Amino acid sequence: MGRYIVRRLLQFIPTVLGTLFLLHYLTTVGIQLTGNPIRALFGDKRPAPETLAALTSRLHLDDPCLKQKGNPCLGLFRERLVDIGQLDFGTNFRFRPVFDWRGFFDRAHASIITDALPYTIKITIIAFTIEALVGVFIGMRAGMKPGKSLDYSVKISTVMVISVPVFVLGILIQQFITRDFGNFLRGQEWIPEVISRGVFGSAYKQEFPFASLIIPGIVLGMLSLATTARLTRTSVHENMRADYVRTAKAKGLTHKRVIGVHTLRNSLIPVATNLGLSIGGYMTGAIITETIFNVPGVGNQTARAIFQGEPAVLIGITTMLVLVYLVANLLVDLLYAVLDPRIRYE
Amino acid sequence: MSDVSVDMSPSLAGVKMTAPLLEVEELKVEFRTRAGIAKAINGVSFEVNSGETLAILGESGCGKSVTAQAIMGILDTPPGYITGGQIRYRGVDLLKRTDEERRLVRANKIAMIFQDALSALNPVFTVGFQLAELFRKHRGMSRADGKKRAVELLDLVKIPAARQRVSDFPHQFSGGMRQRVMIAMSLALDPELLIADEPTTALDVTVQAQIMSLLAELQRERQMGMILITHDMGVVADVADRINIMYAGRIVEKAPVYDIYAKPSHPYTKALLESIPRVDLKGQQLNVIRGLPPNLTRIPAGCAFNPRCRYVRDACKVDPIPPLYEIKPGISSACHFWKEVRGDD
Repeated sequence: MGRYIVRRLLQFIPTVLGTLFLLHYLTTVGIQLTGNPIRALFGDKRPAPETLAALTSRLHLDDPCLKQKGNPCLGLFRERLVDIGQLDFGTNFRFRPVFDWRGFFDRAHASIITDALPYTIKITIIAFTIEALVGVFIGMRAGMKPGKSLDYSVKISTVMVISVPVFVLGILIQQFITRDFGNFLRGQEWIPEVISRGVFGSAYKQEFPFASLIIPGIVLGMLSLATTARLTRTSVHENMRADYVRTAKAKGLTHKRVIGVHTLRNSLIPVATNLGLSIGGYMTGAIITETIFNVPGVGNQTARAIFQGEPAVLIGITTMLVLVYLVANLLVDLLYAVLDPRIRYE
Repeated sequence: MSDVSVDMSPSLAGVKMTAPLLEVEELKVEFRTRAGIAKAINGVSFEVNSGETLAILGESGCGKSVTAQAIMGILDTPPGYITGGQIRYRGVDLLKRTDEERRLVRANKIAMIFQDALSALNPVFTVGFQLAELFRKHRGMSRADGKKRAVELLDLVKIPAARQRVSDFPHQFSGGMRQRVMIAMSLALDPELLIADEPTTALDVTVQAQIMSLLAELQRERQMGMILITHDMGVVADVADRINIMYAGRIVEKAPVYDIYAKPSHPYTKALLESIPRVDLKGQQLNVIRGLPPNLTRIPAGCAFNPRCRYVRDACKVDPIPPLYEIKPGISSACHFWKEVRGDD
């Protein structure tokens, strides 16, 4: 078991290196394609040429290899790796540090990631809780009575959620629920502000740090909720007809115990895997959801970094997301062994 | 068994201990599927008494397992429905009782052994948990006491190092040991009737013999009634007292075990016996029963076996279906021409 974990942790190294290289390559090629991003910083203003040159050189964007077509700039890459090895992820174009672990404890060392991460963690917890509770519950009910109306409504509604892209779903919910319905609520005097402006607010609000993340969290979790519900449904449905369920019945156990203990425990093995993997999925989903609802989380920062062509921010955040994904995967694998005793890692 | 002297098993109202252990009368089961109604059991009657082993024998799909499931009350509904008949345990018609009463009959009075122990045991719980569960849920024992009883049961079915093995999972046992666990589970609550549904089908021949002799020994010790369901004529010879041969959801021949082998009274039984490979006929073509068992949605008119029968006459191809003719006390055959089949005059 210990050996297995060590081996898996060692496998992280090539994955992270590969990701870093791809990101590095894409951002440097991006700079070649779009020209000097420093120029874009000034928008309509025309900076003095010496200002531009000084800033460009300070941000290391004057490296000669950045000018060569298709050059991955291995020298630059090596320098970046060395910096990252020392936990220095660089700064954005306004010289805010991308990552400083002290920022979690001390405002004086605030950085982009440490500021943004708490929002993303909160929204992820909301999404995960809803996915796990609602998804498993409705999937289980549907799977127990196949062919009944609940089963069909679960099947139809989940296909709808899965087929509509998150950005469409997010914008529809923002328009119809948080704007139209929210405006109606905000017109009613007797409804507390936490509900009308917090929960049904159309964007994140600092005054309602939790309430205003609920609907973004639901949007974030919706897609995984649909897949979880479908998976649970199929799994329960299959296990209901398993031989050991028949044995459990023949043992004279109550229906509740046959379903709740014998069927459910087996049905949840694939569901647990899916739940773990969806945590990784939330990281990508957050880019869209946080942008739509203006949540200042990691996803929002990623989107901004992409628009502004900021390599350091993009690389810093994506490296972190890759690590989250890998750790989630590892935890899923370990959880799998706990749930299914037939699997043991050597 | 061990120290428990009082009978703690729940009692079923109306039970008469003088009545036969189990009587099945004119049982009819059908499966309502999209392809039509499959008549899986078409009026099956038999009885089993304490201390006696009844073997039900037949090809796959003839309704043996469905009969067992109907008796246990674990038939999957839908698609399976019991459409007629009675299942009387000690004079009480179980089909007229509530689900809760039937649940308490299971494992307490009538227990069942399934064929493939690997899939019939729950893969995610230890063997000890699955055994102790019976004591905890039916006898209100604590986890610790339940586990103690589980060890005793594993000892009873001769599993070596029972104390250690009780916390193993089913996949850590060999096929034969797994089937022993299955037997231990069925015996946990001292049932009066044991239904063994192909208990040795998934096992090696040598292990088969061990399991069968263990079953026979435990049945003798406890004076249980046993229904042994199998398609293997070799398995029943040593163990069974009486044999019922089933074909297409009906019993076609009933006889004590010796008479079946010595003088079969139904063409199907005869064909079955002839299809057993024999050492003295080595090198010759193996006898097979030509054709296939009928599709249960379209059972032929008259005798269901008529398309495959070598004694077939016109009378066999039209209704009425041949009744069970009593040949001697204890021997009956559902063949119009049983005399010819037996070679009697």
